[in-house]
Amino acid sequence: MFQVRAIVRGTAVPLLTLLLWEGICRAGLVSAIILPAPSAVVLRWIEWLLSGELLVDTLGSLTRVSLGFLLGAGLALPLGLFMGASPKVYDYFNPLVQVLRPIPPIAWIPMSILWFGLGNPPAIFLIAIGAFFPVLMNTIAGVRNVDGIYLRAARNLGAGSSVIFRRVILPAATPYIFAGMRIGIGTAFIVVIVSEMIAVNNGLGYRILEAREYMWSDKIIAGMITIGLLGLAIDIGMNAINNHLLRWHRGMDS
Amino acid sequence: MEKIRITGLQKIFQSAGQEIHALQDINLSIAEVEFVCLLGPSGCGKSTLLNAIAGFIEASAGEVVVDGRIVDAPGPDRGVVFQEYALFPWMTVGKNVAFGLEIKGLSRGDIDERVNALLHTLNLWEFRDRFPKDLSGGMKQRVAIARVLAIDSPIMLMDEPFGALDALTRRSLQDELLRIRREFCKTIIFVTHSIEEAIYLADRIVVMTYRPGTIKFEQQVAMPHPRDPAGAEFNELKRILGGLVMEEHERHARDEMRGEG
Ligand SMILES: Nc1ncnc2c1ncn2[C@@H]1O[C@H](COP(=O)(O)OP(=O)(O)OP(=O)(O)O)[C@@H](O)[C@H]1O
Ligand SMILES: [Mg+2]
Repeated sequence: MFQVRAIVRGTAVPLLTLLLWEGICRAGLVSAIILPAPSAVVLRWIEWLLSGELLVDTLGSLTRVSLGFLLGAGLALPLGLFMGASPKVYDYFNPLVQVLRPIPPIAWIPMSILWFGLGNPPAIFLIAIGAFFPVLMNTIAGVRNVDGIYLRAARNLGAGSSVIFRRVILPAATPYIFAGMRIGIGTAFIVVIVSEMIAVNNGLGYRILEAREYMWSDKIIAGMITIGLLGLAIDIGMNAINNHLLRWHRGMDS
Repeated sequence: MEKIRITGLQKIFQSAGQEIHALQDINLSIAEVEFVCLLGPSGCGKSTLLNAIAGFIEASAGEVVVDGRIVDAPGPDRGVVFQEYALFPWMTVGKNVAFGLEIKGLSRGDIDERVNALLHTLNLWEFRDRFPKDLSGGMKQRVAIARVLAIDSPIMLMDEPFGALDALTRRSLQDELLRIRREFCKTIIFVTHSIEEAIYLADRIVVMTYRPGTIKFEQQVAMPHPRDPAGAEFNELKRILGGLVMEEHERHARDEMRGEG
């Protein structure tokens, strides 16, 4: 009973919005270029899907996000571990990090095109930058915030520094590292759309900009919704990995 | 047989430009398989003394000698049970208990055998795959004790291990500790600020003074176990120790009133 009520509540507003939207378009109150009807968007989306292009675009965006994220997070993680564990390494690298960190990844676009030309390399570079700093900052914080009591307990049980690093500091820092990765992949996802609008000629970001040239508003909106769904899927995936790996963590249900 | 010898131990902390004499001229000799309780009000240096024996902090002067060797680092010969449990939250109960043995490099089979035996002894077997967050305080502390028993430290250092537990859990763990101590022949130094807990457990009670932390009084307790907290001898001892601890507590309270606590 409760479930039925919850479903009704959850779907009422979106359904009404769609109906209203469809009604406004059918009544001819706005031009189809300014606001295409939802039914037109759906038809366009199906056409896009059947042509095979949607799959190519989605896979293109997904591949770029994954590669960029792996590159950025893959570099940030070891650097963050070193900077967190060694005050000396921290002192060497921190000033540079502090100067570069506030630069939005988007501001790197001109230099990245000069360095890498057009195509995938500048896109992946930009995505990597977007993922790099959140992972770096959180990894440093995670290592630095390891509760001293765990280090004491481990040393008391006979652990040397390499065991302590692998089996105490690293797992203790994972909640922070994962939080950083989630922020990082969110940034990477924003950056992939922007960089596709600039540097490459496939992918969801490219496709909606291309559609604008032909005034295909229905395709633009279909693309926007696909981007939203892809973002949601990535977030759900990250969340599932997160909840499994951090099932020991307080405040998480396994 | 003397197990631990502490001579002229002093610890001065620097705090906000002030010197805090946490320990001053502590001399103590602890025999093998002796159960010593350190008793005193908050801030008198009990944890500091225990941490010096554990090798977590460096003495300002004096030394701690265990089995004829000067303590200069923590080690598995002195297993510590912390008040905050200090279980690794990312490891299951079984993994926590196995940790010290894995470091020692024992074979998988030996580790499993030892861990399983300990989990049974401490009634933790059903909980072996749980994470610490899903355990009650009493169970957590049993895991912490099992973790130290696993590495077979001849000495157990316990810092208010039962301080956060309710009265019933506390009593059952005290009894369990006495049983473990008989079964495994441990030398135990046990910090508490509960006079009753000290009398219930100890072979010898050491009362400490507040700032500087020195040894105020030592009392052998010869009553046989299990001891009856309602008995006459128990209560006479409680009265004497209560008076001594209260004197120190009042010094602490006066310091706090002056804003130095
Ligand atoms: N790292 C430190 N820096 C400065 N002062 C400290 C430090 N550790 C302890 N002290 C001080 O030394 C004194 C002894 O502290 P200690 O923790 O040993 O007391 P305790 O007897 O264990 O108290 P409690 O019963 O509250 O645990 C206290 O006055 C405390 O404020
Ligand atoms: Mg203490």
